[in-house]
Amino acid sequence: MKIVVNGQTREVPEGTSVESLVTELGLAKAACAAEVNKKLVPNRERAGMTLREGDVVEVVTLVGGG
Amino acid sequence: MTLAHTQVEGNPGAKPKSSPLAIAGRTFESRLFVGTGKYKTYDLMRDSLRESGCQVVTVAVRRERLYNEQGKSLLEFIDLSRYTILPNTAGCFSAEDAVRVARLGREILEQLDNPGANWVKLEVLGDKKTLLPDPSGTIEATRELVKDGFKVLAYTSDDPIAALRIKEAGAASVMPAGSPIGSGQGVLNRNNIVLCLELLKQGDASFPVIVDAGVGSASDVSIAMELGADGVLLNTAIAHAADPVLMAKAMRLGCEAGRASYLAGRIPKKLYATASSPWEGTVSYIPGE
Repeated sequence: MKIVVNGQTREVPEGTSVESLVTELGLAKAACAAEVNKKLVPNRERAGMTLREGDVVEVVTLVGGG
Repeated sequence: MTLAHTQVEGNPGAKPKSSPLAIAGRTFESRLFVGTGKYKTYDLMRDSLRESGCQVVTVAVRRERLYNEQGKSLLEFIDLSRYTILPNTAGCFSAEDAVRVARLGREILEQLDNPGANWVKLEVLGDKKTLLPDPSGTIEATRELVKDGFKVLAYTSDDPIAALRIKEAGAASVMPAGSPIGSGQGVLNRNNIVLCLELLKQGDASFPVIVDAGVGSASDVSIAMELGADGVLLNTAIAHAADPVLMAKAMRLGCEAGRASYLAGRIPKKLYATASSPWEGTVSYIPGE
């Protein structure tokens, strides 16, 4: 199925969870936060949240800023 | 004759009480808040932060770069046991987006176990060119975030009434800009900063007011502190200085000098001179006498 991750369309298997997406992206150990369709997915809920076709996912981290 | 405008030079002749900076139940020795953006290298950033003596550093929340090779991460260069990380909502142009970004920032900081986790430097911008804040969006986001348990440190313009309304919305600190973000113009309207301080601290002297944005050099920090600001937040003036580490030191000293000058109680400005040496006993001819 197709989802959008950080503005880019991506093909992922049915049943992919937020946690497995973050792991696949190589970000499992990074300090990051995720939201799906503009709603925060808390760290502890990532594994239990299954993505659906068309979901818009953002995975963010901290960068330098003022 | 005392110049009428001395009324806007802080509080001439008064000796305000000295107390540490307290925000949302936490106290800080340093009154300088420093941003982590725009340094040439992370090493320069780390050294500049250290030299500035700051205890609170701001960071931004951005998309992970998914397809780049794994570079160094900002967090490897910030001592989490030393600094409170204050995530900002920079780049947000609506209350809704600012609330989203604040929640994302909190989620990351909770994983890092940093005391800044429920703090946010709220920016709701109204215009990309000037980066001036949107007052109604800022008030709306402040209300929403306070309801959600955040301690909101809100960036605003130097408009005293807007600043007051943001405090009333529940902000833990209001942060009027000296001049536009990154402009280096310093405190453009001292009178407005004084009015912000007066309105925000009325019956609530310890309410923290931090001048945020516009600083270009150390004297700008001193001026803000002399007016009675509780602290100054800056980034570009250090990060883009020819020697950021040296400028960080200058900012620390400027902040300390300004604070001491404020506490010491400055003399009023006067139109005419007052001699520092006594007239009595002069051996010279004095015109007019």
